Amino acid sequence: MPEIKVTPLGAGQDVGRSCILVSIGGKNIMLDCGMHMGYNDDRRFPDFSYITQNGRLTDFLDCVIISHFHLDHCGALPYMSEMVGYDGPIYMTHPTKAICPILLEDFRKITVDKKGETNFFTSQMIKDCMKKVIPLNLHQTVQVDDELEIKAYYAGHVLGAAMVHIKVGSESVVYTGDYNMTPDRHLGAAWIDKCRPDILISESTYATTIRDSKRCRERDFLKKVHESIERGGKVLIPVFALGRAQELCILLETFWERMNLKAPIYFSTGLTEKANHYYKLFITWTNQKIRKTFVQRNMFEFKHIKAFDRSYADNPGPMVVFATPGMLHAGQSLQIFKKWAGNEKNMVIMPGYCVQGTIGHKILNGQRKLEMEGRATLDVKLQVEYMSFSAHADAKGIMQLIRMAEPRNMLLVHGEAVKMEFLKGKIEQEFSIDCYMPANGETVTMTTNPSVPVDMSLNLLKREMALGGPLPDPKKPRAMHGTLIMKENSLKLVSSEQALKELGLNEHQLRFTCRVQFQDPHSDSDTLHRIYTHLKSVLKDYTIQHLPDGTVMVESIVIKVSSSAEDANAKVLLLSWSYQDEDLGSYLSSLLKKGLPT
Amino acid sequence: MAAHLKKRVYEEFSKVVQIPHEEAPTKKLRLSKPSKSAALHIDLCNATNSTDALQYLLQFARKPVEAESVEGVIRILLEHYYKETDNSVRLKIASLLGLLSKTNGFSPDCIVDDVINTLGNEKSHQVLAQLLDTMLVIGTQLPESPAVRRRLVEMACKLLSDTYFGVRNKCLQLLGCVGMVDTPLAKDIEGPSSSLGGVREVQNIISNYFADQDPRVRTAALKAMLQLHERGMKIHQIIYEQACRLLSDDYEQVRSAAVQMVWVLSQLYPESIVPIPSSNEEIRLVDDAFGKISHMVSDGSWMVRVQAAKTLGSMLQVSSHFLEQTLDKKLMSDLRRKRTAHERAKELFASGEFSSGRKWADDAPKEKLDTNTVNLIASGACGAFVHGLEDEMFEVRIAAVEALCQLARSSPSFAEKCLDFLVDMFNDEIEEVRLQSIHVLREISTHITLREDQLDTVLAVLEDSSRDIREALHELLCYTNVSTKECIQLALLELLKNLNKYPTDRNSVWKCLTFLGSRHPTLVLPLVPELLSTHPYFDTPEPDMDDPAYIAVLVLVFNAAKSCPTMPALFSDHTFRHYAYLRDSLSHLVPPLRLPGRKQVYSLDSVDSGCGSGSVESAKLFLQQSLNRISTIQNLETPGAQDLLNFTIRDLQRLGELQTELAGAADFCATYLRCQLLLMKALQEKLWNMAVPLCLKQNVTATAAAQQILEETYKLEFLYSSLESRQVATIHHVRLQAKALQLILTARSGPGLDLLISSCERFLQEIESFQRMFLTELPHLQDSFVDKLLELLPRLLSCKPVELVKILQTTLRQSGLLQLRLPEQINRATATIIEPTGESDNPLRFTSGLVVALDIDATLEHVQDPQDKVKVQVLYPDGQSHVIHPKPADFRKPGPNRHRLITQVYLSHTAWTEPSQVEVRLLLAYSSSSSSPSSANKSGWSDSIDSLPPAEAAVEGTIPFSKPVKVYIMPKPARR
Repeated sequence: MPEIKVTPLGAGQDVGRSCILVSIGGKNIMLDCGMHMGYNDDRRFPDFSYITQNGRLTDFLDCVIISHFHLDHCGALPYMSEMVGYDGPIYMTHPTKAICPILLEDFRKITVDKKGETNFFTSQMIKDCMKKVIPLNLHQTVQVDDELEIKAYYAGHVLGAAMVHIKVGSESVVYTGDYNMTPDRHLGAAWIDKCRPDILISESTYATTIRDSKRCRERDFLKKVHESIERGGKVLIPVFALGRAQELCILLETFWERMNLKAPIYFSTGLTEKANHYYKLFITWTNQKIRKTFVQRNMFEFKHIKAFDRSYADNPGPMVVFATPGMLHAGQSLQIFKKWAGNEKNMVIMPGYCVQGTIGHKILNGQRKLEMEGRATLDVKLQVEYMSFSAHADAKGIMQLIRMAEPRNMLLVHGEAVKMEFLKGKIEQEFSIDCYMPANGETVTMTTNPSVPVDMSLNLLKREMALGGPLPDPKKPRAMHGTLIMKENSLKLVSSEQALKELGLNEHQLRFTCRVQFQDPHSDSDTLHRIYTHLKSVLKDYTIQHLPDGTVMVESIVIKVSSSAEDANAKVLLLSWSYQDEDLGSYLSSLLKKGLPT
Repeated sequence: MAAHLKKRVYEEFSKVVQIPHEEAPTKKLRLSKPSKSAALHIDLCNATNSTDALQYLLQFARKPVEAESVEGVIRILLEHYYKETDNSVRLKIASLLGLLSKTNGFSPDCIVDDVINTLGNEKSHQVLAQLLDTMLVIGTQLPESPAVRRRLVEMACKLLSDTYFGVRNKCLQLLGCVGMVDTPLAKDIEGPSSSLGGVREVQNIISNYFADQDPRVRTAALKAMLQLHERGMKIHQIIYEQACRLLSDDYEQVRSAAVQMVWVLSQLYPESIVPIPSSNEEIRLVDDAFGKISHMVSDGSWMVRVQAAKTLGSMLQVSSHFLEQTLDKKLMSDLRRKRTAHERAKELFASGEFSSGRKWADDAPKEKLDTNTVNLIASGACGAFVHGLEDEMFEVRIAAVEALCQLARSSPSFAEKCLDFLVDMFNDEIEEVRLQSIHVLREISTHITLREDQLDTVLAVLEDSSRDIREALHELLCYTNVSTKECIQLALLELLKNLNKYPTDRNSVWKCLTFLGSRHPTLVLPLVPELLSTHPYFDTPEPDMDDPAYIAVLVLVFNAAKSCPTMPALFSDHTFRHYAYLRDSLSHLVPPLRLPGRKQVYSLDSVDSGCGSGSVESAKLFLQQSLNRISTIQNLETPGAQDLLNFTIRDLQRLGELQTELAGAADFCATYLRCQLLLMKALQEKLWNMAVPLCLKQNVTATAAAQQILEETYKLEFLYSSLESRQVATIHHVRLQAKALQLILTARSGPGLDLLISSCERFLQEIESFQRMFLTELPHLQDSFVDKLLELLPRLLSCKPVELVKILQTTLRQSGLLQLRLPEQINRATATIIEPTGESDNPLRFTSGLVVALDIDATLEHVQDPQDKVKVQVLYPDGQSHVIHPKPADFRKPGPNRHRLITQVYLSHTAWTEPSQVEVRLLLAYSSSSSSPSSANKSGWSDSIDSLPPAEAAVEGTIPFSKPVKVYIMPKPARR
């Protein structure tokens, strides 16, 4: 039986370092190639030696697909393609292709320039890597090679995020990447058609969460920010440069405009401006509202939001600052946090998920004293708020996607094991399909039952059509006679005569004969006549002939009667039928064995 | 038969093709008008190949065909159809047959046989489908012919097994349109017992195709079934299960149609019981359907989502606990399987297992709960509206909001529940959705009381920059109930803020506070000292009377005081003074109050507020009495009549001012009486008998009076709504009198004979048209001017103009006063220009030759179709006037019988030396042709309307119906 194998190199029962290997129909595909936020050593990147110990990956992978530009989905890409070595095609959507190098460059700068790491990929490598990228459009079917085709679907989450449908022959896999089933202020909701893949590989970040209506969340967020500003406090919102940040910007921008607020809003880092530029360009990837109004005013042209300078952090008076990174583990957001943590008027709003081990995770769990580098401790006095603005599908969203796609198997990645377990149970119970949640390096094998297409000769088809009802019913399988010829990689179904002719074989007649004995006092001819009338009454739809040479023909089955030599009453019936009439023949013999009705 | 017909067709154009000649003489007349069919025939005969033929047919299709030659054309087409081998030409012919069958005045029953015959021989599937389409047209054209329909149904059934989807589609459509609703057809086949069987048959046949392999056919089958339902056939309940299965179809059209089908069945069999699969329990069908349709709100296709959301709104019979689930996303368990309410409550409690996403890790410790009790995809209605309101497409959100509204109106408890969600929608990103949700909240606000936090969210929207949103919100606040005095304070505060930010909202805010005060007197009471900033010991400074904010506070307080007699005790002296001022200047906002010790000043007010509800009755009585008194006047020359009329007019005018309910009626009567009075005065001139040159002056006043009466009658006719034909007749009668007067005056001024004759003729025509229009009303016009004229009509028609004028003169003088009967309710169309206010002393400066935009904001009451009728007139000091048609989009409808016009007009003029004032006013355009005395009447004479002379058919004009507003402008000379 053909199989599909799935091996997560990262993101198996874990969040971060997404990298999933899929073998389907003899093709090997790598889905995402990310880095892990929580580690600074070798564990940061997926373990590519799993694929091959030494040498380049090109021979082992048919293609690499990147779902979106977050670093935990694309951070290891230059490392893999340039340092480990891969020259095959890399697929990503247009916005991802545009924004991804900016983020990679930023990531490189922090790692190399700030932390002083060596043996890291260079700017040139990023450029070389991006040269291998082939852009995808939504709903465009791309042929990777003769057999492998991929198609992208809208996934929400961030600008340019896509789900991919991978198909080889009749086997298929859908990888969701990160997706969001509820639309937000700047992006629409994920959508997929009923493609019925063999496996649906879904993220499960919020496997146990069912979020409230997003409007409540938005209102809460705005209210908290507003109150804090009115108190004269400073609000820090740690975000990843791209994604949620843009949504929150739009939210605050419109709120500021509506309420006519004056407090400044800052956005840290220069890379946002570059990225914002792309947001303005890729309007087709945003939600209905932005798409419809951009002619009057592009929503990403902010009026109230200005660039942040490090010195602003000490300015008196209220302000709102968006700073990267989102989990407070390094960089500007951490610096600002340290400055503001001591004042209870200030507030930090964590708008998304925090990986274990980051400061974000610690303060969210209520830790009030933090150990910093060099044994210093930091008292956290400011208010810590959590607003789930992460654009991941919640449990209900995941279920909704399953309902949309109707997969045969389900595989969960990108989530915590405990929570996955819960969702797995739910999925198995609700949809009665198998659900897997492999750990990193663990391979899941699924046997598939692909349909094998066979060419059927037109004559045979027409003959079968004539036999059956007026319309073929595609829902019901139908049995038919024919000969399957396998010749040079092609399968052909033809009628037996044609097969004989093609193969140059002679036809052999196969006949079954059968004797049935029973007692009957009548003469031979009378018996025959009685058999004739009996059969006539039983088999109404068949042609039954009483031939003058003392035989009864039912279709092509011959029935003869002879009395045995010793006992005139014991009659012997001779039935003879050809192989083709096997069904009718065996039926007749069993019918006649029961004797004739008196 | 066919041969005979064919022959006839050939005969029709025989001359043109010049084949036979024997019948030529009889056909001459027709030949003079070249027949279309003939031309077509030649073209088709000449066509050498199919492309040419197709071209001819395409050209032919562009021109209309007269009903009498349709049949001939069809014959020719059919003939060519049989000969034609090319599919596309046959297809075109088939479609032409359908088109032609639709021709007015042509009954297609004669061609049914032929079309059915063609069906039998057709091999091409496309042509077959087109022919069926033609049959569909024929079938719908012949609703009264059961035999034809039976044949069509048989035909359709036969062709249903075609392999081409289009043919099956059309067959199903045909079945849906002509399938038997009434049963007699089945009867004559197999007898009465099978009548039900026949009906069932059609449904059975159609439902077989629910499982067709082609989604288009499945859709067509569902649509056909819906069509049957629309035509009044009762759909069987068996279909329900099949339709439910189609809800999970792969194709969106199918799902969309299935949603409709399920809805239809849920309305037909709401109370029947269906089993729940995978359990042994049963629920009501409407609940089941509701659950299933709720599920579709999270469908993959937005069209289906819109359909589902809309449909939900009309399922009012659904049980309340199902309804409430639609708002509950967290409630994951399937409530349907719970046995008792007790268990259900427990379940509710346990379902708190999921994190809401508002607090970090709030789900962490609860993971160990028994997870088996919770279903993630709720099989019921769970959270349907939560999803719908959050949907990506605003179409879905609007549909969901509307559905919420419908459901909430029928269920107060649901209204209470959906409040939070609606309030949340006020923050939607699309203005349309926000506006819609505000409107919806207003509609259901009778059921609900807003809590403080909800009010807070609602009020936050007051700062919205969109005027529509703010005004909708004011409207909402007018109808809102709040629970505490803090709410009132909050609302007032926010409204004042709004007033400060957007001063143009003044009127709207004041009005809003009027209602707020009168609705919550007890909540306002404890706030009064604070609001008026009175102090128990100290006198506080008197606030500025012109401050809109202060007026707003006073409006709130005074309206509350109306039903709270203890409140005035808290007022300080200047408050009373201000009350007096406001009661006069803003009487529509400030109610009459009974103020102790101040009776002498406000005696009038206290009197009519004292009368209460009885006052309307007594006022009505008074109105009636006045009219009765008038009816005693027999003749226009009765002595003392003029005085009586004068007094009555005065009385009525005063009555209209006092009783706003009767203002329309009183005004109407007064105007009518004024017409009579004018007429009377004009006729009573003593100098009528004098020679013409001597009484020139008299003539002038009489002419002016006639002219004025005419104008007044147009006002009467078009300014007042809900007039009956009786009143219209009376008005026209007065008009006729005025015209008679004009005619007499013309005659007296001695014009040429030609002119006199033509004006006499015109007058006679008018009498005739009056008679035509008000035939039914004539009995009520006994003894009137018209009555007498009609008696004399034969004589009038034959006599000389001079004689006619004489007769008119005597009749007019002798005619009595026609008594006015009042309809139930008359409303006068009014318009008030709110902006510009006309108070500004700063001229609007602009360069001459360029334009300046002037914002106009006006409210219109009781105007029907303002988009067509209301115009803005600008009058420049030099006498120039411009009439501007506002765009239809500039009219909004904030309430019943009320419109609001917010528009801009462009002013321009050559340079002036000084600033000066232009007048702006609103006009009501009318056209007598569009006026309909009554619909019944209209249908009666509409046949002859073409023959009416155009001058009489449409008298067009405008009535100014708002006070003019003066705007100071100053066009400066352009700088060089």
